[in-house]
Amino acid sequence: MSAMQFEDFESAYEALAMAIDAAGPEREALFLTRLALVLGHELGDISAFRKAIKTALEDLE
Amino acid sequence: MRPAGKGPLDSLYFDYPRFAARRVPELDGSTARHPVMIVGAGPIGMTAALVLARYGIRSVLIDRKDTFNDGSRAICIARPSMHILERIGAVSPFLEKALGWRLGRSYYRGEQIFRLEMPHPANEKYLPMYNLQQQYIEKFLHDAVAASDLIDMRWQSELAGIESHEDSVSARITSPEGDYWLDAFYVLAADGARSPIRSMLGLRLKGDNYEGRYVIADIRMDHDFPTERRAFFEPSGNPGGTVLIHKQPDDIWRIDYQLREGESEEEALREENIRARVGAILADVDHTRPWELEWWSVYSANTLCLDDYRHGRVFFIGDAAHIVPIFGVRGLNNGLADAENIGWKLALVLHGEADDRLLDSYSPERRGATLDVFANATKSTRFMTPPTRGWRLAREAALSLSLRHEFPRGLANPRQMQPYTYSESPLTPYAKHDTGFAGGPGCGSVAPNARLDDGSHLLDHAGNGMTAIVFCDGQPAAEQAALLNQLRRIDKRFVSLIIGSRASVSGAKAIADNDGQIARLFAAGPGTLYLLRPDLHIAGRWNAVVPGEILKTAAICLGSETP
Repeated sequence: MSAMQFEDFESAYEALAMAIDAAGPEREALFLTRLALVLGHELGDISAFRKAIKTALEDLE
Repeated sequence: MRPAGKGPLDSLYFDYPRFAARRVPELDGSTARHPVMIVGAGPIGMTAALVLARYGIRSVLIDRKDTFNDGSRAICIARPSMHILERIGAVSPFLEKALGWRLGRSYYRGEQIFRLEMPHPANEKYLPMYNLQQQYIEKFLHDAVAASDLIDMRWQSELAGIESHEDSVSARITSPEGDYWLDAFYVLAADGARSPIRSMLGLRLKGDNYEGRYVIADIRMDHDFPTERRAFFEPSGNPGGTVLIHKQPDDIWRIDYQLREGESEEEALREENIRARVGAILADVDHTRPWELEWWSVYSANTLCLDDYRHGRVFFIGDAAHIVPIFGVRGLNNGLADAENIGWKLALVLHGEADDRLLDSYSPERRGATLDVFANATKSTRFMTPPTRGWRLAREAALSLSLRHEFPRGLANPRQMQPYTYSESPLTPYAKHDTGFAGGPGCGSVAPNARLDDGSHLLDHAGNGMTAIVFCDGQPAAEQAALLNQLRRIDKRFVSLIIGSRASVSGAKAIADNDGQIARLFAAGPGTLYLLRPDLHIAGRWNAVVPGEILKTAAICLGSETP
């Protein structure tokens, strides 16, 4: 699986930031969890999903 | 619990009989040693007594109470349990009274997100599930117990002490008629989740307790909805908690609702609070007409079991051995399978046909089944009662996505379980032969059923001992006939079913299979042989006659040879 082109990744980053704001502080956790489940399902690869969880969980302040 | 002013047995629909204590021979000096003592006359203890009686084995069945258990308790009887009830000759009243079902619905915030459809192959004799209040289950079993000359039923008889000896067990029994010692070769402890025998023997259940608590309430109402399992996640009638609704006979409905985190159990169980919550839940399902409150209780999920279900000459069966979460409806059903499993093995040992070591297979087989339930039940319990913020958030995300998307909907499946497969059991020594089959039921699983041309079912013709299902082309081959003769010599209860035979076969049941449906069900061709245990689990299957292996498998199941 190849990673995104930088330009696309930057768009994804911007879209995510705006979506978190759109969800609002009350619903942001639910929104992010839904997003993760949708992405996980579309990814279709449990080991890649686990790896992504590990990466995102590392060095959380 | 019951509404104010009612006694514990004042039911809207069920008349509890009262059974007197009897004066028993031990009080007049008898010291006869009984083959089996069964402690606890709940559904599991009574079933065990009936399984033993089916093999001609006498038992003494004691219970400290003077009647059946209060409340509806376990209400779901699964298809394999119906087969057990059939084999002990008790199934008719169950079929007449119970409500059969195979469908369910799950809702999230009032919208349906999952349709449960339990498989129901056309060949099966029974539906996947039947709802019936536990009082009726106990009554119907007790009717069969009372009709048996081989079961010595003693109500109001409490076990006060137990002593294990080399070749027997002695129990101190207290009853209104007097106290006495009762001796037996074997004891079946069917004395429930708080098993006194377990404590007396210093044994402990091990496992996990879950946080979520459910109130279980039975009500009577005239409510027009089919017999289906309904699960409501985040319903407006019980904010923050899941609700389950099941239909039972006599217009009784089971409403299970989850208590909110931190909610006081004592408060929740007060009658006015039960009425308020149930009323809100009913309004949610558009029931606005009157209803009556029958009984309620509280429940929290546990996955607990003993390390070993055998303790010398004492065997633990049912809740005394294991406590499983309700969501998989495996408490009663697993207990009935325990009773059958130990029953046929104990019968062979007591008849002097099998070595005592056959009994060693009881615990690995049935404890294996419990651990399998735990694995599934843990998943459904986490979904029904999410234990932490992470689980709650993930569930809310999955449920809310389920409204518009298919992929998360399976998470709401209650995983009503299929019977356990004994493929790892010492009684299934040639499970490796499964690789030689393109399909069909695997070694250790329960045999599938088939409807025959005469309207009967294949498994109606199975026996009390080993049963061979033999596939042939027109008539059995010489080597098949020779093997069946050998099996007949080592098992006096042996039954053989010859599938595809065009003529009758002496000493066997010939079954035509003109359209090949039985052969397809078993992925069989001419020469295939399935060997079934007395509980209709598959001990082994072979694509061709391998006399050494087949005879050895039969001998191991019959306890005349050790694995």
